Amino acid sequence: MESIFQLEGEMLRILVPKDLDHHNCIAIRETADSLILKENIKEILFDFKNTEFMDSSGIGVIIGRYKNIKCLGGQVSAININERIKKILVLSGLYKMIIIYEQEA
Amino acid sequence: MRENNMKLEFDSRSENEGFARIAVAAFVTPLNPTLEEIEDIKTAVSEAVTNSIIHGYGERIEKITLTASIKENQLFVEIQDFGCGIENIEKAMEPMYTTRPDLERSGMGFAFMEAFMDDIHIESEVNKGTTIYMNKKIMG
Ligand SMILES: Nc1ncnc2c1ncn2[C@@H]1O[C@H](COP(=O)(O)OP(=O)(O)OP(=O)(O)O)[C@@H](O)[C@H]1O
Ligand SMILES: [Mg+2]
Repeated sequence: MESIFQLEGEMLRILVPKDLDHHNCIAIRETADSLILKENIKEILFDFKNTEFMDSSGIGVIIGRYKNIKCLGGQVSAININERIKKILVLSGLYKMIIIYEQEA
Repeated sequence: MRENNMKLEFDSRSENEGFARIAVAAFVTPLNPTLEEIEDIKTAVSEAVTNSIIHGYGERIEKITLTASIKENQLFVEIQDFGCGIENIEKAMEPMYTTRPDLERSGMGFAFMEAFMDDIHIESEVNKGTTIYMNKKIMG
């Protein structure tokens, strides 16, 4: 199985699971924060290529990481967002707060 | 006249969030909802169930009931817990209002329920519990 955490230099890619809800967000939060501290990460990239569902728990996870990494001078970004994820990001205001990359080939 | 009813009772465990939203999505399929309508319903159900688990029961394991019915082309959903209740419903419904910032909640749950369903109504009594009533017309 592909790990959901991938270190790419100073960037941490988080391969968001199929469902990002309250049940699935706890592990992501804890591991991401320990990696941010340990690995001198400057950017967290949420990769939604496998994600079909996200609710407010996902918003909480992204905002939480955003606050943590901003303190350290870093940034949060997202990639491979489908229409559904986009709708949730726009409604929550996150779409304007983070960097959105075009779909990867 | 087309009518159908169902009722579920499940433990307030986080793994049941997925179960609850998928159950309602399956229940509504005879109305031929669009993918977007299904996703809207799943998000709204997930928000209400998650609220019962986190806020209502403070992550204690108790019972949540979910009632759904179809009348003509409308879906009605009721999600009920017997937890701590909401002191100020008006305030709770304000976007960005949360009593649990410590758990990284962002106060978007009710905003999503309102955005994704046609109507939402909350009944709640402190120390008795909370019921969320939502409905949505399926255009298909
Ligand atoms: N079933 C419930 N029982 C008790 N209190 C509730 C219940 N549902 C909601 N609340 C209260 O209403 C507030 C707002 O709920 P809402 O879902 O909008 O935001 P949240 O759950 O705090 O954050 P988010 O949904 O973004 O994770 C909660 O913080 C909580 O105080
Ligand atoms: Mg909520």
